[in-house]
Amino acid sequence: MQRIIFKNKNKIAFITGVLIAVAFLSKWTINNMTIFKWSLIIASILGVLPIVIQAYQAIKVKVISIDVLVTMAVTGAFLIRNFEESAIVTFLFLFGAYLEQRTLNKTRSAIKALTEMAPESALKQMDGGEFEEVDIDEVDAGDILLVKTGAKIPVDGRVLTGEGSVNEASITGESMPVSKEAGTPVFAGTILDNGTIQIVADRVGEDTTFGKIIELVEEAQDSKSEAERFIDRFSKYYTPAVLIISFMVWLFTKDLELAITILVLGCPGALVIGVPVSNVAGIGNGASHGVLLKGSEVIRDFSRIDTMIFDKTGTLTVGNPSVSEKKYYGDNIDEAVGYLASIERESDHPLAKAVLEEIGETAFSEVKDTLVVKGAGIVASIMEHRIAVGNLALMERESIIINGKALADASEMEENGNSLVFVAVDGELKILMGIRDQIRPKAKEDLQKIKKIGVKNLVMLSGDNQGTVDVISNELGLTKAYGNMLPEDKSAYVKKLIEEGQIVAFVGDGVNDSPSLAIANIGIAMGSGTDVAIETSDVVLMNSDFSRLSHALGLAKATAGNMIQNIVIAVGVVIILLGGLIFGDWMNMSIGMLVHEGSILAVILNGMRLLGYRLRK
Amino acid sequence: MKSATIQLETLVCPSCSQKIEGLLKGFDGIVKDTASVSFNNSKVKFEFDEEKLSVEDVEKAINKLGFDVIKSKVK
Repeated sequence: MQRIIFKNKNKIAFITGVLIAVAFLSKWTINNMTIFKWSLIIASILGVLPIVIQAYQAIKVKVISIDVLVTMAVTGAFLIRNFEESAIVTFLFLFGAYLEQRTLNKTRSAIKALTEMAPESALKQMDGGEFEEVDIDEVDAGDILLVKTGAKIPVDGRVLTGEGSVNEASITGESMPVSKEAGTPVFAGTILDNGTIQIVADRVGEDTTFGKIIELVEEAQDSKSEAERFIDRFSKYYTPAVLIISFMVWLFTKDLELAITILVLGCPGALVIGVPVSNVAGIGNGASHGVLLKGSEVIRDFSRIDTMIFDKTGTLTVGNPSVSEKKYYGDNIDEAVGYLASIERESDHPLAKAVLEEIGETAFSEVKDTLVVKGAGIVASIMEHRIAVGNLALMERESIIINGKALADASEMEENGNSLVFVAVDGELKILMGIRDQIRPKAKEDLQKIKKIGVKNLVMLSGDNQGTVDVISNELGLTKAYGNMLPEDKSAYVKKLIEEGQIVAFVGDGVNDSPSLAIANIGIAMGSGTDVAIETSDVVLMNSDFSRLSHALGLAKATAGNMIQNIVIAVGVVIILLGGLIFGDWMNMSIGMLVHEGSILAVILNGMRLLGYRLRK
Repeated sequence: MKSATIQLETLVCPSCSQKIEGLLKGFDGIVKDTASVSFNNSKVKFEFDEEKLSVEDVEKAINKLGFDVIKSKVK
């Protein structure tokens, strides 16, 4: 019986509404008061049934819920034979609940779309070698799985055989298909656009990158800030308090009508639901734009930051340096280039990679007696020649004469933001290369947007030399830029600013900057969905897409503002209702219920605006 | 001591998480302060003593309270 009533709650709301309409029509058209009365009586009794059940269940677990208050109010109205009020209040309450359900599902839709991308089944290789479809829970690490065109990749793993292209948008936010062949990693939740592959499972279920993202987003939606916990506590006591107050009013004034009106006013629905609704819509918007915001506390702090600190390499720049200028001096250059390539081939320094990429194919020779001079370069010998590759300090150390032309070239290159590599063979300068890391395309516009949204200081910290740092800083219009910083210098700088009372966000690539990410009020990781980045930071920009940073900040501000609006709406409505009750004579139960349900819908609809949030140009 | 996660049908009413919390408080085998109901996820999480109760007991009680259980996981 209970179940049937429950499942048909929406139908009951509808019938109640029709009965009320019939009642008023018969009153106004044919002036039949019998139909009027009995329609309302039936509507009240039918409509209150699901509410009574909910109230009973709540009392059983020692909770005074809204249902309890409404049940008492309707019963009271019924007893004083005010059937009009009792019918309208039940209808509004049920209809309001229906609308709440519909609109709430909308606010959660973005996150639901994400979780529904989780794979549910897989084609697993059985003992006999054939593939059979099994539930995802039955797949373990080490299993061999078959993935066909159009199917979801069920686990994190590696391609064993076959080729195909995969849409990894669910992990990276990037919709360009990525081609896969034997040995390349694949990720759960991504979709095989074409081809057929067999893969070995490395991580399954919640351990996959996708599983972690979902878990994180789910936790974030329901994480509560200090303010929310306060509201929760408040609403827990508010409802029983209203019950007591209305009882006292009835006791002292003997005015039952007033007492039950107070009961209806005691529903803090909009207050309870307001902040979580903003939260879920804001985080949902982020999730569908490749921005993970870890909960409402993060949103609040992020929306208030004064200073944003950036790591240079890999954050403001592409992180893939290349040779932008080169100069040769004297003769036998081809030989010198070969020597340079041979030495750089043995180094894993990022500049060395850039040099090798520039030179390409050449004659390599055997390198002997390699000596690495820290912070300066390399000295080695090749076929009895002494070769020095490094910066100006190394050249001075090797007492190499650098003529006026070379010096002029060097200072010009440095002004253009290059790191310099000098190459000397047997004490004579042969090659000078300027190596530069490209600034991310559109980084400047994005930084302008961030400044416009209200971040006062944009600071860059880098391990690179001050000259390079200054050039990039000027180009991007940063507030401050510091070079020659080790990771511990960076985190010390972050700490200093926080101690000065600033709210600081640190943007880094999540691996070598983890101390700074952890110390900053808000750590923002530019992660291509790597585990470390996801776990240690407060905000993750998927696929290392810098342009999402301004969206993330704008969204955090919009969400934080939305939460405040919702609190104002909820508290304002309660104040207006109480004021109307005390000072005005227009207040009755039906109006009270209408305003109450209206305020719940208002906060949900307000929250829903966040789903469509986009940063204005 | 084990921890359980129960996925419920979508929670929509402002007071339903309060009700479920109230219900969980009444269970003897559930470790105090570990029970949480997340409204947006419609998930219930708690740690419990498997000698005192089983997840099925909790599921049944939640069901009786008027909420459908979709699936549960125990670790």
